[in-house]
Formats: sequence, C-alpha cells, structure tokens
Amino acid sequence: MSGEEFVPLSLTPLLIGILAAVACALPGNFLLLRRQALIGDAISHVVLPGIVVAFLLTGIVAAVPMMLGAAGAAVVAVLMIEAIRRLGNIEPGAAMGLTFTTLFAAGVLLLEQSDTSGVHLDVEHALYGNLESLIWLEASGWASVLDPVALSGLPPELGRVAVATLGVMAFLWIAWRPLVVSTFDEGFAQSLGMHTTGLGIAVVIVSALAAVAAFDAVGSIIVIAMFICPPAAARLMTNRLEVQIGWSVVFAVLSAVLGYVFAGYGPLWLGYDHAVSAAGMIATVSGVILALAAGFAPHRHRSGAPAL
Amino acid sequence: MNVELVANKGEVPAAPLPAHSPLAIRGMTVSYGQKPVVFSVDMTVVEGSMTAIIGPNGAGKSTLLKAALGIVTPLAGQAQVFGQPLKAARHRIAYVPQRASVDWDFPTRVIDVVLMGLSRELGLLGRIRGHHKEKALACLARVGMTDFADRQIGQLSGGQQQRVFLARALAQNADLYLLDEPFAGVDAATEKAIIEVLKGLKSEGKTVVSVHHDLTTVRSYFDRVFLINTRKMAEGSVTEAFTPETLNQTYGGRLATGQIDQLELAAG
Repeated sequence: MSGEEFVPLSLTPLLIGILAAVACALPGNFLLLRRQALIGDAISHVVLPGIVVAFLLTGIVAAVPMMLGAAGAAVVAVLMIEAIRRLGNIEPGAAMGLTFTTLFAAGVLLLEQSDTSGVHLDVEHALYGNLESLIWLEASGWASVLDPVALSGLPPELGRVAVATLGVMAFLWIAWRPLVVSTFDEGFAQSLGMHTTGLGIAVVIVSALAAVAAFDAVGSIIVIAMFICPPAAARLMTNRLEVQIGWSVVFAVLSAVLGYVFAGYGPLWLGYDHAVSAAGMIATVSGVILALAAGFAPHRHRSGAPAL
Repeated sequence: MNVELVANKGEVPAAPLPAHSPLAIRGMTVSYGQKPVVFSVDMTVVEGSMTAIIGPNGAGKSTLLKAALGIVTPLAGQAQVFGQPLKAARHRIAYVPQRASVDWDFPTRVIDVVLMGLSRELGLLGRIRGHHKEKALACLARVGMTDFADRQIGQLSGGQQQRVFLARALAQNADLYLLDEPFAGVDAATEKAIIEVLKGLKSEGKTVVSVHHDLTTVRSYFDRVFLINTRKMAEGSVTEAFTPETLNQTYGGRLATGQIDQLELAAG
C-alpha cells in the first residue's frame, strides 16, 4: 500500500489501536498478579451509567464530558469494590461482579427513564468502538507527518490514548518498586511502611483511566481482552516480571497490528468482499496468541506453592 | 459483648512503657469480627534476647506480631520500638512473614526477593547497583543459598523459600528480627541453618522474636518465652516461664502429660 493511501486511512487507526492495547496491557500485568483481572470487565460495564449521567448533566453528546463521566463512574466503581470487599468481607471477584452488574443495570434504567431516545447513545459503538472510522483525512502521504496543518486534523482520540499510555508508563516507572514488593508480599511491604491499600487503589484507578481512554477510541472488547490476554501470555514466556512486562507490550502491539490487518484484508484473502470489525479481530488475535503461548511457551509448567 | 469498651478498660492499668526495650507492647487488643484474638496483651522484649512466642493454634501469636507492626489495626493498645513510636523506628525492624502468605509463583528470582530487603535503602527510583547485588549475595551466602540466586522462586523447596525470606530480612540490616513460624514445614538441614543464623544475630547483639510451634526445641533455641492464648499467660526466661504449669495454663490441658514429661527430660 502506498503512503498516499496508508497514511490517511490506516496510520491513525493502527496507532490508536496499538496505544490502546499497550495502555491496557501494561497495568494488566499487575491486575493479573493481584488476581484482579476482572476489573477491566467491571470498568467497561460501569462506563455506561457514567456516560448517561454525563449526558443528563450536560445535555450534549461530546467526547470530553462523556469521558469525564466514564472516568468518574470507574472511580466510583473501584471505591465500591474496595468498600464491599472490606466492609462485607466478600471475596474480590464477587465484589467486582456485584459492582459492575449493579452499576450497569442502573445505567440501563437511567437510560430508559431519561429522555435520551432522541439521542444516539449507541450500545454497539460502546462494544466494538469504531477504530476504522478514526481516519486522518487531512493527510496526503508520509510528508503530512511533518505538516502542522495536516497534523491539526488528527483525530482527537489519538492524543487521548497517547496521553493515557504515557500516564500509565509514568505511574509504573515511579511506583515500580513499592508496586512489585506489595504485589508479591503485602505483609512485608506494610512492615516497611508502604501504603499498600493506597497502592492497590492507585493501580485500579490508573487501569480505569487507561480503560476509559481506550474505550472511547476502540470500544470495550479490546479493553477487556488487552487487560488479560497479553499479560497472561507474557507470564508464560518468562519468570521475571521485567521481562514479562516487555513481552506483554510485544503481544499487545502484535495483536493490534495483526488484528487490524486481518480485519481489513483477511476476508478479501478468503474471497469475501467485506472487511470485519477491527476491534473484534484484534481481541481475537490476542486470544489466539494466549492459546499459542499456553501450548508452546517455555514457562507453562510451574511448581509454585499456591497462594492461600 | 462490646469488645471495644472492655478493651479500653484493659488499657488503663497498663504498665508504663520501658524506654529501651526493642519491642514493648501495652494493652494490645485485636479482634476479627466480634471475637478478640489478642486481648489486652503486654509484652516487653529484652534487648539481645531470643524470644519464642508460644501458644496453641488460633491463640493470636501471628496477630500479635502483625499488630505490633501496624499490619493489622488493633482495637486498642500501643507498641514502641526501641523507645520510639513504630513510624520512627521501622528501619530497625526486619519482619519475616509466614512463608505460605505469599504466591511463590510470582515471576521473580531469588536475588530479586532478597533485594526487596534493600527497598528502604534504594528509595523509590534508586537504581540497583553492583554493591547492592553483592550485599544481597552475601545475605544469600549466610543462609547457604548462593547457588540459587538466579532461580525462579517457584522452583524452590519449602525450606529454601524460608531461607530466601530470612536472607531478605538479613539484607534489611535491622536490630530487631520478627519471624512468623520460620520453622514451619522446613527440612532438618534448613532448620539447622536458620537457627545458626538467628544465633549469629543474637551474638551480634541483635534481638530475635519468633513465633514458634515445636515445644521440644524451645529450650535449645531460645532464652526467653512469651506464652499466649488470646491473653498473655507467661513471660520470662525459659527456666522461669517455660514450665509444666504455664504450659498447662496456656494449652488448657490440651497437652498430654507425656508431652510435658518429655519437655521436662529435655530440660534435664
């Protein structure tokens, strides 16, 4: 494909897909080790009431208030999960399930009861996103990458996922040491004076922000898949956390690129004439990578004592 | 029953905190739900001693340590470390949690776990340099685990895991070592290696407090005991406080006479 075609039509969706995948996969490593991988699922569900509330308050369908609403709902959900877990002495998985179904249901009721029928609050859009539509019409070829006029026409989603990805990276870099110690041995971390509860909530809130930024661009299917599949496959490749993080990024990028290409061209290669959803294909590829890792990766057989 | 009220009452007549004890606990009361696990406990650890915390299952031994470290929040009571509040003296404590409390499948190597003991020294963003690694390796050498430095921790036996935990505590270079059942489920060689290290610490003037289960080894390993069954039952030197009477009291007659006789023989 030539630059004139690739840059305006495929470069930005590809970059957004890659950044969204990486932004979710990075904190996913810690969620997985902390047995909180379901949180991605929880966040994607609670985004609905957040968006509806944002719409009711502002009366417009615009990205910024909706993202704020989604982020607010995600934070409320995270705090609810912690509260249910601690006050009710309930197992974390159940606390997450309880929170996200309740908030999702509340979102549905809210949507039904309020006068949103005239507005297009689209559930399908929320699920699959609309990666293919995030094109860069102002671009005319590779030269546009340096052209300020063309650059001002970049889809705003790109900037938002890029900021989210940088934010996640900065958080992991700064909090790395206490995060690793408290994930491995919470009691020991507390004996050093580390604020393990605060760290745990910070991980989930950073994940929530990554999820909301990614969700806005690519839909919840990718978000849920990227929190779990790349880190889980990466864990099977190595026994060192630093290396696992590296593999999870590799798998996230690979899923995004292969998924995007297969969605666009796979059906053509097979003789069908319609492309399929890029988000669906990216999530599927990440699942296939996990399956391959489970079958062939070097560290599938481990003998650690199970956690109590 | 209102645990809180009773506990507060228990705190009032508590003895004053001795200024220089490595660990002094007063009126410590912890409850999980309605039932107090530790009730109005006073403890004064003697500097340079090796103290065993002894009591039946569920007697609050681990909980007492955790409350002293601020890992669980007590309903009442306070702890002082070398005459200072815990916050000011955390750097003088090394804590070895129960081996079973962590996930040994965690993707990390033996050396990385020992380096966690240097967390305070390294700070938030400090890079691990050659001398940090040398220090960690020296600690592994003290527990006889040098050859395992690059192993994934899941590949270790229970005894080896316990040695790694001890090496991590050694890396903290503390003055007070608090260990939670360091001999649980370890092989005889590990038990010997661990007790050598602990006795070495004592000879350097450090203080060791350990939750301990095996009554037959108390006399040969420790010089002081602290007997607990939710409340404090006895505290003192092994000869004073580790007697058939205090044991019967602590275990509520659950120890067979034969067992006590054996202990008497061991004392003999």
